[in-house]
Amino acid sequence: MFEAVVIGASAGGLNAFKTFLPKLEKNFSLPLMLVQHISPQSDNYMTTHLDKLCKIKVKEAEEKETIKKGTAYFSPPNFHMLIEEDKSISFSVENKVNYARPSIDVLFETASYAYKNKLIGIILTGANNDGAAGLKKIQELGGFTIVQDPEEAEVDTMPLSAIKIMKPDKILKLKEIADFLNKIHKNNKRIA
Amino acid sequence: MKKDNSEILNDNLNIEIELLLEALYRKHGYDFRNYGKAHIKRRVLHRLAASGLNYVSDLQHKLIYDDNFLKLLLDDLSITVTEMFRDPDFYKAVRQEVFPILKTYPFFKIWHAGCATGQEVYSMAIMLQEEGLLDRAQIYATDFNNIALKKARDGIYPVDKIKEYTQNFQRAGGKSSFSDYYTARYDSVILDQSLKKNIVFADHNLVTDSVFAEVNMIVCRNVLIYFNKNLQERVFSLFEQSLIPGGYLCLGSKENLRFSNIFRNFEVENDKEKIYKKQYHTRTIKKNNV
Ligand SMILES: C[S@@+](CC[C@H](N)C(=O)[O-])C[C@H]1O[C@@H](n2cnc3c(N)ncnc32)[C@H](O)[C@@H]1O
Repeated sequence: MFEAVVIGASAGGLNAFKTFLPKLEKNFSLPLMLVQHISPQSDNYMTTHLDKLCKIKVKEAEEKETIKKGTAYFSPPNFHMLIEEDKSISFSVENKVNYARPSIDVLFETASYAYKNKLIGIILTGANNDGAAGLKKIQELGGFTIVQDPEEAEVDTMPLSAIKIMKPDKILKLKEIADFLNKIHKNNKRIA
Repeated sequence: MKKDNSEILNDNLNIEIELLLEALYRKHGYDFRNYGKAHIKRRVLHRLAASGLNYVSDLQHKLIYDDNFLKLLLDDLSITVTEMFRDPDFYKAVRQEVFPILKTYPFFKIWHAGCATGQEVYSMAIMLQEEGLLDRAQIYATDFNNIALKKARDGIYPVDKIKEYTQNFQRAGGKSSFSDYYTARYDSVILDQSLKKNIVFADHNLVTDSVFAEVNMIVCRNVLIYFNKNLQERVFSLFEQSLIPGGYLCLGSKENLRFSNIFRNFEVENDKEKIYKKQYHTRTIKKNNV
């Protein structure tokens, strides 16, 4: 039974999130923690906009916040978002990782220790290689890994970088990712 | 099989990290045991990878027997990343909302706790200078990282940061020209040395040291994010004791006083910029044991 989903996106990410997050079902039985590379000065337009479009709750993560299912937590701009093993959120202002803050690798690496084989990691569109090492780490700790089909991705560099250093469990289009997650959700509810 | 194994390995790793922190505290007096665990693990693993050793336990051995290793580890665990006029809107708010109150005092004190390499302190000094208040100010700039503190004292920064600092300065409502405050020399800039005439730089550890002055304003930004809730609470009460009635507490943009025990003795001055004001009449609060 999976307990959490982490997703990383860069260039083209907002459109990707708009396409598939609204497809997730109400009362979704897992939390999602998301990094979208974004300028340090951005306001919270992205999260408020996505929250309106989605059946699940979408918000910017807060310091020491306890992670709850059915909620998508976006990292705030200019901070790395870390997942604690007690399933809460913390931040760091350490230097950029892969030229990015927030960095997908930082999220994936810390989430993999917190959720181990109960974690699903997903890499979406983007023009750099952040997240590849993190996805590999998730796999090493027994988690499930998905990469957006590079054919479909608005920018294929990030999916391709991941595929280059590891073999993801699935390569899917956005619609299929949503279907897959909804299936996991239903399965979780059945077991619970 | 693989799954159980990864869980066991992680448990082992956590034990090793706890022992490393215990050794760091008992051998050198630096107490990281109540810092956020994810951050600590990330930084320790980073040091492990860089050192070419196999186990965190090997780092523990090095820490006890090799004095040079302490510096490396301290630098890993204390993130000293900072910039001038970081979060320009914060500085704008301080200028507009706090300075008018400070102006009413003939003499006032400001404490920058966790000042890292000093950029935040000099930003404040420049603003005070612009408002004609620098001469009335006594500024304490403290950190427990002595390498960072030395850089703070020097006030010399890489020239390639200047563009960013200048933009921040302007967005923070800087009135003069930022270039008035530094001289470029090769690939560094030296800040105007007169800015530090009223600044005292000092080694102070928020976890293990006690109150060190009574001040009108405390600026402690992006330090508490590294502490767990208990430790945050300890430091908050240290801050409460250090502030005069009506004094201001300024936190980083992701830090919040709302959930703390001391919040009832504060009012929110600026919610977005995390500026709090200590009330004139405060109630004593049951001590929180860490
Ligand atoms: C990210 S920097 C913040 C610098 C600056 N305040 C800013 O916001 O740009 C965090 C600083 O806190 C310091 N620090 C961490 N733990 C500390 C402690 N226990 N006592 C004093 N300083 C501490 C670190 O050495 C580091 O310089």
